[in-house]
Order: sequence, then C-alpha cells, then structure tokens
Amino acid sequence: MNVAIRVNPILCDGHGLCAELFPERISLDEWGYPIIDGDPISPGLEGHARRAVDACPVVALRLERARATSRV
Amino acid sequence: MSVVEPIAPPAPPRLLGGVRPDGRQTSLRAHLARYGPFPDDLRADELRARIVQSGLAGRGGAGFPTGTKLESVLGGRRRPVVVANGAEGEPVSSKDKALLAYVPHLVIDGAVLATRAVGARRAIVATTSVVMGQLEHALAERPPDSRVDISTVVVPERFIAGEETALVQFANGGPGLPTYTPPRPFERGVDGVPTLVLNVETLAHLALIERYGPEWFRSAGTTSEPGTALVTVSGAVSVPGVYEVELGSSFSELIAQATPDDAIRAYLVGGYFGTWVEPRSLEGALVSNADLAHRGAALGARALVALPAGACGVVETARILRYLADESARQCGPCVHGLAAVAETLEQLVRRDRRTPELGVLRRRLAQINGRGACRHPDGAVALAASALRVFADEFDRHLHGRRCTGRGRAIMPIP
Repeated sequence: MNVAIRVNPILCDGHGLCAELFPERISLDEWGYPIIDGDPISPGLEGHARRAVDACPVVALRLERARATSRV
Repeated sequence: MSVVEPIAPPAPPRLLGGVRPDGRQTSLRAHLARYGPFPDDLRADELRARIVQSGLAGRGGAGFPTGTKLESVLGGRRRPVVVANGAEGEPVSSKDKALLAYVPHLVIDGAVLATRAVGARRAIVATTSVVMGQLEHALAERPPDSRVDISTVVVPERFIAGEETALVQFANGGPGLPTYTPPRPFERGVDGVPTLVLNVETLAHLALIERYGPEWFRSAGTTSEPGTALVTVSGAVSVPGVYEVELGSSFSELIAQATPDDAIRAYLVGGYFGTWVEPRSLEGALVSNADLAHRGAALGARALVALPAGACGVVETARILRYLADESARQCGPCVHGLAAVAETLEQLVRRDRRTPELGVLRRRLAQINGRGACRHPDGAVALAASALRVFADEFDRHLHGRRCTGRGRAIMPIP
C-alpha cells in the first residue's frame, strides 16, 4: 500500500520538525509552514515519513492511503 | 407511484417574477396564487429523482450537482438535517438577501421539500440580521407542519460565514470558522449528523422543480448548465441590482440591461472570490461556466462589478486583498501570513514605495499560498490577485516605476 503525507493546516503551527526529518518531501515556506509533496511515498522513504509524522508536536500530520498526486 | 396533478408554471422570470414592484414581501397567499399549491404528496424518492433529472447545480458558488448532494446524506444511521445557506458573505452579492426579503416562501418551500427528500425533520435557515426580520415574518405566515421543525440562525456578516463547514460549526455553537475536512457536513455536521447544506437560491429552484418537474426546469439554460440563475450587477452601471437570466444566455445582453458607463476598464466576475476580466475578453461571452472558463473566469457566486476607466485596478485590488486578508479565519499559517504579505505588497505598489519587491516575488508568493489552507479562502484571494497582474499589467507597471496613478481617487469596490 502506498502512503502519502497530509497536513492539517489548522493544527499546524509551523514548528518545522517535519521538514528537518523528511526533507525529501517537506520544505518550509518563508513563514516556516510546511509545503508538502503529496505524491505517494515509496516504501524506502516510508520510515522517514513516519518519523516526521510522529515528531509533530501538535499532531498535525497524517499518513494516508495515497490517491492522485497533489501538493498540500 | 402517486398521481400528481401537473401545475402550470407562471410566465418568466421564474424566481423574480414573484417580486412585488412596491418592494414589499410577497405574502404566502400571493406566493401560492402565482406558483400553485405546495407539492405535498411526492414521496422522498420521487422528490430526489426530480432533482437528479433536472440537473440542478448549486447556486451558491461551487455549482455542485444538487441531486448528488441529496443522496450523499442518505444511508447513514442518523436522520439528516437541512441547512439553508443565506449567509452571503460576498460584499458585492445581494441575490440571496433579495430572495429572503422579497420572495422568502420560495426558499422556505425549498427547505421543507429538501427535508422531505432526505428524510430529515429539521431545517435551519441561516442568514444575517440584514434580512432575518423579513424571513421570520414569512415563517410566521406558514401553517404549522408537524413533519418539519424550521428554526433560524443569525450568522455574522463575515466573508467566510457562508463557507459550508464554518456555517455548520456556527450552528453547532462555535465561532463560525472553517473546519478541517474530512468529515464534510454531508458525513457529520450539525449535532454530528449528516447535514445537507444548500444555498437559498438552489432551494428556490428546487421548490419549482418539485412543482413543475425536471423537463420544465431544463426548458431554460443549456444541457450541461440548465435553468435560470440570479446575478448581482453593481459598480459603474446605471441600473445595478439582481437580475435573473438563463444560463448560457448572452453576457453582453445582461450587461446592457444594467447599462454600464461609457468606458469600462474591467469586470470583476464572481465577486471578491472571482477574477478580473477585460471587456474585450467578454465579447460574445455567455453566462455559463463552460464559456467563461475559456476567458479566465467562472460564474462563482454570479456577482459582477464594473470598474470604470477612471478607477485604478491596482488600487482596487489592493483594497480587496486587504479586506480578504482581514477576513481570514486566521487558523492556517499560509493564509494568515500569505494574504497579509500580498496585501502589503499591493499597498506598497499603490503608494509607489521604492522598497516594493519586483512582481516576480509577488507571483511566486501567490503560487506558494495556493491550496494550503483548510478552506478555499486563500485560493480565491490568490486567483483574484493573479488576475489583476494579468489584466492591469499597464497599471502595475506605472505604479512600479513611480508614474502617476490612472485612478482619480474614487474608491469603487465596497469594503465592509
């Protein structure tokens, strides 16, 4: 099963740990908020994705079953 | 299948034909005299089938197929609730207020029929204090109906008050801010039950479809966009107001009725959530999403504003963007910071501040903000600003290079 990362922008406070732990798919905008590549994550990167999700202090990230490509 | 005596529809206009020339509310009696009796004996599945066959799409701005929305609240364990959305937070739109003030029984009929169609027992009609008095007056005229409980809720006059999830949150006692989805209201909304949120104009059309049938509804408009729709026209026109037109009809004929001033610089198509379009791009245009898509626009909430040649698109866009930034729910970083930054840059341009960043910075920001809020508020603001950069390229150039503004100091766009 392919997974993708999704952020809840209401919960997100721009802490930025996600971008540190998963720079392959998460970068920060000029105000510190994540720009997420919502494409499906290959099995090799899934561990990094999970660590990024777990590290979020406000639990704003989720791994979801991947659908079509998107940017969130 | 129950036998329904066909009711003959009145002469057009369908919705606005019921409006009294003296501006007073159309009574229940006059409403029934014009439109015929309330279609009381249609079963839920018949009611839904008529809407599906009619091709009615939402008249609020999103244009989602109403038949699909009706079916989306079925099948759950809990009885759904209907919300009639008359919030109309768009400052340049007044069609919903007009319906609620002048012909509210169309909307109330629609709300009641919607509850019957989905097995709901409760309908909530939401609108602002501007027309709530008139709505309550109409509700008081209705005979008691044991099958439905209709209540009202006064929503604040905020731009996002009519956003579906914000409206549901407000009805649940919250502050009226958009919520993260899923769940969408059709899954879990008011009191946690499947909630059918429909714009009041959509409900007015629904009330007539249930009386006269889907074929009648489709006898106006186009195959893919059937029916008529209300359009609010304002700005540099001699006859501003709410017009009812067939979808797919001529844009220029609509504008001609509103009688624009001699020199129009641009039209704002779709209100503050819409885009700027040059008059020449609207030559031969039709009042339809299919046609407007080729011209960089969409019907949206069908609010049109004519910007005269004596105004400056940079100035007006800056004013609107500051308003949209102020109206942010302030829940999402990209919206809060992004829209404020865009508004600030536009204001720097207006005052020909030498520290204004070059336009590429603004363009990149717009692209970055897009799609990153919980609701579509930042997306609408971004689309408006992007269209301004296209349509008012000359004016942006003048401001960027410190040349005199073409505007003559008049502010056209109403900012609440």
